[in-house]
Amino acid sequence: MADISLDKPDAEERVPTVIADDVHIVYRVNGGSRGRGSATAALSRIVRRDKSEPRGARKVHAVRGVTFTAYRGEAIGLIGSNGSGKSTLLRAIAGLLPPERGKVYTDGQPSLLGVNAALMNDLTGERNVILGGLAMGMSREEIKSRYQEIVDFSGINEKGDFITLPMRTYSSGMAARLRFSIAAAKNHDVLMIDEALATGDRKFQVRSEERIRELRKEAGTVFLVSHSNKSIRDTCDRVLWLEKGELLMDGPTEEVLKAYEKETGK
Amino acid sequence: MNSALQPLDEGLPPAELAARHGLSVSGARPALPEYVRRLWGRRHFVVAFSSAKLTAQYSQAKLGQIWQLVTPLLNAAVYYLIFGLILGTRRGIPHDVFIPFLVTGVFIFNFTQSSVTAGVRAISGNLGLVRALHFPRAALPVSFALQQLQQLLYSMVILVVVAIAFGSYPGPRWVLALPALALQFVFNVGLTMIMARLGSRTPDFAQLMPFVLRTWMYASGVMYSIPVMLEGKPEWIKVALQHNPLAVYMDLVRYALIHGYGADNLPAHIWLYGLGWAVLLGVAGFIYFWKAEEQYGRG
Repeated sequence: MADISLDKPDAEERVPTVIADDVHIVYRVNGGSRGRGSATAALSRIVRRDKSEPRGARKVHAVRGVTFTAYRGEAIGLIGSNGSGKSTLLRAIAGLLPPERGKVYTDGQPSLLGVNAALMNDLTGERNVILGGLAMGMSREEIKSRYQEIVDFSGINEKGDFITLPMRTYSSGMAARLRFSIAAAKNHDVLMIDEALATGDRKFQVRSEERIRELRKEAGTVFLVSHSNKSIRDTCDRVLWLEKGELLMDGPTEEVLKAYEKETGK
Repeated sequence: MNSALQPLDEGLPPAELAARHGLSVSGARPALPEYVRRLWGRRHFVVAFSSAKLTAQYSQAKLGQIWQLVTPLLNAAVYYLIFGLILGTRRGIPHDVFIPFLVTGVFIFNFTQSSVTAGVRAISGNLGLVRALHFPRAALPVSFALQQLQQLLYSMVILVVVAIAFGSYPGPRWVLALPALALQFVFNVGLTMIMARLGSRTPDFAQLMPFVLRTWMYASGVMYSIPVMLEGKPEWIKVALQHNPLAVYMDLVRYALIHGYGADNLPAHIWLYGLGWAVLLGVAGFIYFWKAEEQYGRG
């Protein structure tokens, strides 16, 4: 429907791709109870049985009422201190974490860049490329055609035939490179990138930054979580500043970053 | 055309703005037919994930994949030592029937038991995966059940050897083992899905299940013949035990593979019971799991 308008970028025209409407996200944590974690304390919690609360669980309110609209063609940075709810918000946008209250509307399926969780350390790099690709929803043929590209990009085989060894034998840098290469093999409509993806040596960092730029070009809307103000400045034209789960500021990159830098004393 | 709408967008409530541009709720649960279609679309992932798990299981051991065969063999040997030699539970069963009878019982029970155990942790043990990637969550319990099926196929190699060693030679009746195992697999998938949903809300099930499963094992006649052992007890106990799904699947496979275990050992209409349990659990389990699809990331 709105795809037709993509050909002629119009300053007036803004097509929303992601709408977050008063999103609240609550994690329930077992075993993180206040006070004594003894068996008797757990028992008394069960006996008391508060119907509104699941027994023994403690709630962590990670995102508190965030509302914003993202438009096609925007690159949005998410900033805030550790634990401010940035990654959680990304997962909610992707539909991976159900919001407690509020709704997230999206155009198509947003995806997080990352396959770490699907890979298995005991398998060879080769099998992990296939498994990771399938987990991201690629077809077998697609993986076959991009296999060599993925391996070459990771540079795993530059120091010998490592791709046929189990991933547990890789150095942490090598494993991170392979993970990134698999994750970056697929194109996405709404792309979400969590920080610290560009790991590995300098040479690989340059290569992966280049790949992220490529992915950005193909994606409709990009979200980037990062603690590096430089990479936010380089890539984003709009920034959301989260603090304690609340949206503190939403505006053009320079404006928000200035306020953020003032606050954090840089 | 969108530019014409533009002024109207200002100040619209988010829900209406979303509706105007055809945006859908992120992570909403699809309808059942659509869900089945998506799951089918991920079949390659399901298969790759289950065989990857199976390979990873023994990849650090020196003997490697040989353990796929040795583990069930040792398992059967232990049961034979305890129940065959020490406790002598083979009452009413001739010796050359008892060993394949016991080994079949152990393997068939183990097939369901390990599916249930894996099912409880299918979601709660893979939250990282659930929170990182999109796929119908049913792919996880199904692939864990499939992993157990692959494991069972290794065990069947041992079982065939044992059966032949005790005088049951391959015949046309052996083919019946295939539909029996297929029915049990469907039953297992349904059960695994139920356990996956229960375990995702309440991980405590992982602690509870071993006790439930052990009770189930002793009640299903893994190492004894139900009609012989329950002689003189009220009829309804015998009927209940004999028609419980695991006793049914065990009896079906035993009947198929063991020459000396004739149809007179089976309760009437046993195939109907086998089919009924599979359909009931398969359908109910799938729907029960699908109902909570959008909740699984919450943990």
